[in-house]
Amino acid sequence: MSSAMIETTYREAVREAIRDALRRDPRVFLMGEDVGRYGGCYAVTKGLWDEFGPERIRDAPLSESGFTGAGIGAALGGMRPIVEIMTVNFSLLALDQIVNNAATLRHMSGGQVSVPLVIRMATGAGKQLAAQHSHSLENWYVAIPGIKVVAPATLEDARGMLWSALEDPDPVVIFEHVMLYNRSGPLAADAGPVPLAGAAIRRPGSDISLISYGGSLYKTLDAAEALAREGIEAEVIDLRSLRPLDDATLMASVARTHRALIVDEGWRTGSLAGEISARIMEQAFWDLDAPVGRVCTAEVPIPYPKHLEDAALPQVPTIVAAARAILGRE
Amino acid sequence: MISLYRMPSLGADMEAGTLIEWVLQPGQTFAKGDVIAVVETQKGAIEVEVFHDGVMGRQLIEVGQTVPVGTPLAELEAAMVTPPDQRTGVQSGGLTEVLSESLPADMTASAIGVTEAAPPLAPSPQAPFPKLSTPVAPSSGESPPRSAPLIPPSPSMPEAVDPRASPAARRLAQQRGLSLDGLVGTGPGGAIVLADVRSAAVALASGTPQAAPRAPAPSPTVPPLATPAASATAGRRPAHPGLDLAAMRQAIAAAMAHAKREIPHYYLSQDVDLTPASDWLAQRNAELPPERRLLMGVLFIKAVALTLKGFPELNGFDREGRFEPSAAIHVGCATAIRGGGLVAPAIHDTDHLDLDTLMAKLRDLVARVRSGGLRASELADPTITVSSLGERGVDRLYGIIYPPQVAIVGFGTPRPAPWVLEDRVVPRQVVTVTLAADHRHSDGHRGALFLAQVAQRLHEPENL
Amino acid sequence: MNDHTGPSASPATAHERRDESRQDRQPAAAKLHLNRDHALRLLREMLRIRRFEERCAELYTEEKIRGFLHLYIGEEAIAVGVMQCLTAEDAVVTTYREHGHALARGLPMTSLMAEMYGKQEGCSRGRGGSMHLFDLARRFYGGSAIVAGLLPLAVGLALADKLQGRNRVTACFFGEGAAAEGEFHESLNLAALWQLPVLFVCENNLYAMGTALERSQSETHIHRKAQSYQIAAETLDGMDVLAVEIAARQAVAAIRAGEGPRFLECQTYRFRAHSMFDAQLYRDKAEVEAWKKKGPLLRFGHWLEEAGLLDVAGRAQMEAEIEAELAAAVAFAEAGTWESVADLLKDVYTGEP
Repeated sequence: MSSAMIETTYREAVREAIRDALRRDPRVFLMGEDVGRYGGCYAVTKGLWDEFGPERIRDAPLSESGFTGAGIGAALGGMRPIVEIMTVNFSLLALDQIVNNAATLRHMSGGQVSVPLVIRMATGAGKQLAAQHSHSLENWYVAIPGIKVVAPATLEDARGMLWSALEDPDPVVIFEHVMLYNRSGPLAADAGPVPLAGAAIRRPGSDISLISYGGSLYKTLDAAEALAREGIEAEVIDLRSLRPLDDATLMASVARTHRALIVDEGWRTGSLAGEISARIMEQAFWDLDAPVGRVCTAEVPIPYPKHLEDAALPQVPTIVAAARAILGRE
Repeated sequence: MISLYRMPSLGADMEAGTLIEWVLQPGQTFAKGDVIAVVETQKGAIEVEVFHDGVMGRQLIEVGQTVPVGTPLAELEAAMVTPPDQRTGVQSGGLTEVLSESLPADMTASAIGVTEAAPPLAPSPQAPFPKLSTPVAPSSGESPPRSAPLIPPSPSMPEAVDPRASPAARRLAQQRGLSLDGLVGTGPGGAIVLADVRSAAVALASGTPQAAPRAPAPSPTVPPLATPAASATAGRRPAHPGLDLAAMRQAIAAAMAHAKREIPHYYLSQDVDLTPASDWLAQRNAELPPERRLLMGVLFIKAVALTLKGFPELNGFDREGRFEPSAAIHVGCATAIRGGGLVAPAIHDTDHLDLDTLMAKLRDLVARVRSGGLRASELADPTITVSSLGERGVDRLYGIIYPPQVAIVGFGTPRPAPWVLEDRVVPRQVVTVTLAADHRHSDGHRGALFLAQVAQRLHEPENL
Repeated sequence: MNDHTGPSASPATAHERRDESRQDRQPAAAKLHLNRDHALRLLREMLRIRRFEERCAELYTEEKIRGFLHLYIGEEAIAVGVMQCLTAEDAVVTTYREHGHALARGLPMTSLMAEMYGKQEGCSRGRGGSMHLFDLARRFYGGSAIVAGLLPLAVGLALADKLQGRNRVTACFFGEGAAAEGEFHESLNLAALWQLPVLFVCENNLYAMGTALERSQSETHIHRKAQSYQIAAETLDGMDVLAVEIAARQAVAAIRAGEGPRFLECQTYRFRAHSMFDAQLYRDKAEVEAWKKKGPLLRFGHWLEEAGLLDVAGRAQMEAEIEAELAAAVAFAEAGTWESVADLLKDVYTGEP
């Protein structure tokens, strides 16, 4: 490792990525609710308003559809906007713009226009924010051709994916899990852009492939650690890009381990985990030595009390138990 | 000049309409844009208009009648100008269509082809879809019917007719020629998993008596390696679903390394004048439809099979240094797999098959190599291998013996070459045949005789 | 020139409002430089739209054109009047009833008709059809099937211009039905808040599909909604092409002067059904007939005749020229080709597949 390492947080890594993008390209600006003077709902943009001013750190009124659509229009007009939607649940108010405009304009216009727009939003549960602020709706966006969806889970990805997303000519949605913002660790001082596409093997193993992304990645790694103590070597895959999915890495892993378990904070019905499971069945059926398993969130609106919220979400013990069952070691 | 006014299409979801009023009566004149009738649709009554000036002619439909879109409703007489013919495509004449006045009155919509109009705005369900490929369908031939797509064992399945086994376990058993019957499953719910097949295979290889007998015969219960449905999905290995190329490459590596290390090969080669066989084949194929024509390779295989009858030391197996001749002659035909890999499945009792049957079996075999439907016995039974690079342009190939076999015969690409015939150099079609054989069980002299006899048989193709 | 400034009385109660904003109207000719060429150009542009759409209706019944077909017939004065005031640098954002805007913006009739057919020679490669006309070279950013869906886009295009210091205008057309959507209000607020160069043009034809204005809006004066966002707004006779052009010239000049967005509420009426498959159960025939008498072509054509600017022969020649253009457009579309199915996935993403 040639470069010095610095101790930083996910939040700071995202902020540094935004700062870097604003410095690199005058066409870049950030727009969203309370991103400016307030400093961001999750304090991601704290300090940037002072540094870059209100034109480039643009506070928008509570008009998710309006300012997301304005971001699309500005992208068409030659800018490179970063639209921040406070949380994924608010993004439902902008769904029309994302699904009907951002995703369609290129194909519908016969390839005349691209929409180089980046939309960042916080996602996920775990902070006792109750039913309307705890969704993981990544799968809704994953279902839409025309947009790309990424979920940085590591500091390197939080720091590096934004610029790559801005360089992409098509709309990219970045999901930042709320439980990751405070995560800290070492990051190379000169960390820079990383590719958007491609899954990463975060822990190699030979007995079962544990497939996860975003906020669930660390629970999954902890589960792999617990399984290792029982002599089960789990391979942990971080999807990174949710659309497109990196089928090759997934299938190569399943070909080695012959077993797969998907950990996804979305609700099970119609989930991303279901999509991945179907792909494994389609592409790696003959490699399978056991049925594909899923650990998803219980199908309830996320409750407020801590013990019920915990019970609803994927947790290390449930992941471990599901992996054991697949291996026939109940 | 008379034209037909047809039930207009007012929406993609409108299939028919009911005439509820004739606004204009025969003889009345109308102008472009005038309403001439009212039609009831599922969205209510809609006034329908004409797009040209004219005079109302005979009304073909009565009030109250429901007719499909496109059905003639009335005859219109053009005013002054001749309505353009919409079929020329240059200028549309609206819903009207020019008819000669002599047309019979009972002319129907279908008789004048009105239903053919809609352009293919969307691909039909049958239209080929980009990026998806359908695997080569196995030729029907004499191959047994393919089994139904394999359904993976469900954890909740109470009782399975077949042994419950994971897909990976089934595939490995298939590759090793093992039957799942009698294997004890240690997986979830007692399912047979990879580990069970692996231990059975190890037991078999070490000669330990085991509950897993070698599949005695082509077993119709053994599933094909893949089904068309499974392989139609765009996947990692679309060309040969179910074949684990990485595993196959490992197996080839192990076998070839073993052969090169353990088997003392000797190599011989013989040029053969193939002109008689080429001429004979051309003449024969000229009379046959394409699907029944013979390939030169079939003659090669048959010549080798017949010749082997006199050379038992080349047809059989090495069993730990001891030669075990085979009474039957099962020629293994080396077949490349697209994307890498090689198999040499057997054509059983090759010497007893006439050329047509042999050709059919070869076609079937190649198709099943591509689609993944080989039977275990086909992989386990070859008593010798024939490898031919066909048209791929090398003069000769020296094979490596596939253990436990003891010989491999190679055919180069037939080519025109100078040939000395009765003291004259003449151009002839020539092929080079090679033999690689196990010196522990045969000698060069016998090998040379073998090649000479193969050459002789190719000189008399009519006897093959 | 007083006889063309508006219908005397509207048959619909919703239009019984002549607003204070009309009082400061300046003499039209002074602003317009209305000479014979320009007057004939206005008529010709409106006539091109009318004849194009009449032919589209016909082709629709023959199943040459499919999908939804929303005709602009009756409303031509608005698109034609506004487009006179825009430069090639300005942007246009419209709705699903946008054939008129596209023609008036200068998209060739050939590529429009090919698009109606779904042929790849169409302005959107045949992918969009009637509701999704695009022409980047003419900064025509399409029609949208989502009511009010493109208003935020117009705001964004204007924001980009402002941020990059370009003095350009984005003209945004929509119907009065859009005023019930949240995106309408969000967009007006953003444009006013950020003082963006957007010309909002509301084509108030009194019906959102089949729902009459007074049945869907508590405030039926749409421009007052804009005024509540501190946007200078006025209502005007959208059946009068000169009135539209005058108002649009003033509005565009103000926008170019950096005065922020402007809003025009154009009173108009569609003579035909909402789309082809519409029994029009929601309005009286008498109402339609009354409005037709005030049709933009009828009245302006009549005025040109009376003013001695266009005689019968001249009109016939104009019609013949348009008919020839139309015939060429239909022939072009007929001769057009279908995009290969192999290209189905092309341009879902840039550079793929």
